[in-house]
Amino acid sequence: MERKIRILIAKPGLDGHDRGAKYIARALKDAGYEVIYTGIRQSPESIVRTALQEDVDFVGLSLLSGAHNELFPAVVDELQRQGAQDVVVFGGGVIPDSDIAYLRDKGVEAVFTPGTSISAVIDFIEANRERVVSR
Amino acid sequence: MTLADGVRQGQQRAIARAISLVENDLPGREELIDRLYPSTGKAVVLGLTGPPGAGKSTLLDRLLSEERKAGRKAAVIAVDPSSPFTGGALLGDRLRMQSHALDPGVYIRSMASRGHLGGIAGATADAVKIFDAAGYDRVIVETLGVGQTEIEIAQLSDLVLLVLVPGLGDEIQALKAGIMEIGDIYVINKSDKDESARLRAEVDYVLSLANPTPERPVPPVVMVSALFDRGIDDLIDSIAGRLQRYAETGEIDRRRRLRLRRELRQQLQSKINDHIERKVEIDRQMDQWVERLISHQETPYALINRQIEWIFKEMDRS
Amino acid sequence: MSDYQTIREAVRQWESNVDKVLQRFPERKPQFCTGSGIPLECVYLPTEQASEHYLDKLGFPGDYPYTRGVQPTMYRGRLWTMRQYAGFGTAEESNARYKYLLSQGQTGLSVAFDLPTQIGYDSDDPHSVGEVGKVGVAIDTLGDMEILFDGIPLDQVSTSMTINAPAAVLLAFYIAVAEKQGVSKDKLRGTIQNDILKEYIARGTYIFPPKPSIRLITDIFAFCSIEVPNWNTISISGYHIREAGSTAVQEVAFTLADGIEYVKAALAAGLDIDDFAGRLSFFFNSHNDLLEEVAKFRAARRVWARVMQEKFHARNPKSLMLRFHTQTAGSTLTAQQPDNNIVRVAIQTLAAVLGGTQSLHTNSRDEALSLPSEESVRIALRTQQIVAYESGVADTIDPLGGSYAIEALTDRIEEETWAYLDKIESVGGMVHAIEAGYPQKEIQDAAYAVQKQIEAGERVVVGVNKFTVKEDAPKGLLRVDPRLRQVQIEKLQQVRAGRSAAELEKSLHELQTAARDSSQNLLPVILQAVQNYATLGEICNVLRQEFGEYRESIVL
Repeated sequence: MERKIRILIAKPGLDGHDRGAKYIARALKDAGYEVIYTGIRQSPESIVRTALQEDVDFVGLSLLSGAHNELFPAVVDELQRQGAQDVVVFGGGVIPDSDIAYLRDKGVEAVFTPGTSISAVIDFIEANRERVVSR
Repeated sequence: MTLADGVRQGQQRAIARAISLVENDLPGREELIDRLYPSTGKAVVLGLTGPPGAGKSTLLDRLLSEERKAGRKAAVIAVDPSSPFTGGALLGDRLRMQSHALDPGVYIRSMASRGHLGGIAGATADAVKIFDAAGYDRVIVETLGVGQTEIEIAQLSDLVLLVLVPGLGDEIQALKAGIMEIGDIYVINKSDKDESARLRAEVDYVLSLANPTPERPVPPVVMVSALFDRGIDDLIDSIAGRLQRYAETGEIDRRRRLRLRRELRQQLQSKINDHIERKVEIDRQMDQWVERLISHQETPYALINRQIEWIFKEMDRS
Repeated sequence: MSDYQTIREAVRQWESNVDKVLQRFPERKPQFCTGSGIPLECVYLPTEQASEHYLDKLGFPGDYPYTRGVQPTMYRGRLWTMRQYAGFGTAEESNARYKYLLSQGQTGLSVAFDLPTQIGYDSDDPHSVGEVGKVGVAIDTLGDMEILFDGIPLDQVSTSMTINAPAAVLLAFYIAVAEKQGVSKDKLRGTIQNDILKEYIARGTYIFPPKPSIRLITDIFAFCSIEVPNWNTISISGYHIREAGSTAVQEVAFTLADGIEYVKAALAAGLDIDDFAGRLSFFFNSHNDLLEEVAKFRAARRVWARVMQEKFHARNPKSLMLRFHTQTAGSTLTAQQPDNNIVRVAIQTLAAVLGGTQSLHTNSRDEALSLPSEESVRIALRTQQIVAYESGVADTIDPLGGSYAIEALTDRIEEETWAYLDKIESVGGMVHAIEAGYPQKEIQDAAYAVQKQIEAGERVVVGVNKFTVKEDAPKGLLRVDPRLRQVQIEKLQQVRAGRSAAELEKSLHELQTAARDSSQNLLPVILQAVQNYATLGEICNVLRQEFGEYRESIVL
């Protein structure tokens, strides 16, 4: 049997706009992945612990409040502290182009902005499949 | 350090990896479980099941708080169905338990039922052993109470809580359809709703039709409102009371033996099956057999018996 | 033969002609639907009952069932209030933006608070990291509120505050600032959103569980009915429900179901229907589907009037009127070709005005990219002004009333709304429905279906999945200074250092006592606490302790 890819979709910070996160979660399920959704208002620490317990391959962060420059890197750093730097982090939300380079530099491997098609997210996951499966 | 050592030391990531190994049935699974087995047998396993919308996760969230207050470490295995079409799954049960996410004494793991050969029950049984070996005092297996798979998973437990809720309409049907046999405690959630008294009367009636034994007396019915934190104490008392009683009457012991028997049988069967499939490559022959039947060149039982004879001969030769 | 039969006869003749045309030139699509999926006929025709039911279903502007509007003269008397939602960064920065907007002809204020304020955390709380001043202004203490309204006489503006879980605290801040300006409570005009149910459903800034939350709401109703009589005590909001992806019908139905729940709670708390119902106001979304939206607003008014009269037996006509604020649909704005958003907002503005709104916020074109710049905010306000002063649609009342299509859609939306209301009633009301995740699931399914259609190209979003161009990254976007949290924390520490510890202690203790006794109104004790410079976070923490915290209830 093919090893299932597991993805955590998480909402850090205080932002309650979960339409995008729920859509991604459901669309990734329909694409055949196992998706775990945390719900809103999660701290970087609780997201990372959830990622560890669920043994996910990817963590997708969604945030619309503008706090991404603080909170996305906090999740990456915490994963590192827990020795889980092999988990691939990506993000989405209302994120200006000027922040994307910064976030990538901080270890957020892909950033999806409004209007991105779900196939772009799936392409990203598939491009990383070999890497996460062999970890 | 081996993965088994990490699990025994209770390391979060080792436990996570071990469960993935079991879930994906990867090489090393059997060795891992065999290494852990000597450290198992201490955890009490609770099953929590009920129809969708019964508020199981919210109830579980409260139960976890109580377990922690009592100083026990608790693990949850939340099983959700996989989509039969895409194989994907959306696992959202832990959403309502996220307040425990940072508690080192609580471990929550979501599992998709997938298309497991030998059933999800096999993987869940091994996951229970992993938590047991890792030092969790309570392992709670949460499933959607709708079908055979859930009954199988419930049979992994020392005690089964069946959660019902007024207003869903189909709960009594489910009771009559046989799920009632698996419940050790009946929990009526959302007791703040008006219709909950009526549901209770119906449950009491259905239970009065059952045949209690001294080992397994009539199950208690507990009214709770997980949302408003009411009745949780009663439920905790009921669980403790039942567990004590089952321990005294030997019921727990009986269940564990039954469980092992079932597990052994299942593993044996699936291994024998695998072995045969590999040896005689049944899949490759199948097309031909179907062809013979569809064209009426042969009758089904004659074909089957002939093939079995052939299979055994093949096996003997190797 | 009656007139109607003559028409039917002619229709049959016409249809057979159309059939011939269709055989040679088929229609663009096999089925046409509104944005929310209501099937559309090729053309709407007079119905036999139209004039027979006119008084019952439409009536006159300012008359029951208010389908045609809540005032007898509507915009011929006074235009709607142009009220742009604004706020970001510190109180100083937001104060400057308000003064700018007022100088540009805006007629009311609308305050956006940052998320820590909306969820009752002070700026120095660990939960606030990254969020201070981001989606609105950071308010921790009465000191911040004094700066926010500095130089703005509160007896001369009406102020709307988007605040829900801690609405009582922010209202107390506002009253305290007014008193410092020498303005008494009874002169204050404005609105607090104060709608917790839609927070559980769609928006997410809840703090406490439903029961104590609803108590806070009814305490506000009771307090304001005597002390702040011109204040709109609640703005029952469909806006966020729609933003979360609901259909137009769901927006109306779930909002009115929330409204019904609040009315029931207030009645259970011992209030008289006509003492508070006239201060209930609503808040809807205005989307691109012009005809459906106009019909939606009209249907909402009609259903609410019937609910209030038939279910709750309200007698005062004001209690029957559904008055509402509208905001154009943020979720329809695109990051691609952002100037196109100006056109979308113009259509949505038209829908709101043709639907008879009492006030309106128009979104800025760059909202899908970042916080709106000053230039974008001005264009958004100009959009309203052009519709008001140049389009002529404000010069006759309910100009689309009597349109066959609009009346048919109004009837249809009303009918589907009643079906939802019946369903929600049958599960024991909206609180139970929310706890079971029912409206959340309905909205999620609708949102998912629409997104799938967009992904598949079945639903065109101009500039996103059709008519795309290669674009450069936009320039000139407004950013919040990330050092802002530090500035805010310093201000907070100053306030904490300068207040009387004994007075503070005493008022927080009184708050705790009052919280335990549900027969006591919480507003006076909260007001006293803010006057003693208790922070928002301190007040909310006492209430968290007493009331507990709500946890999300959704079904995936």
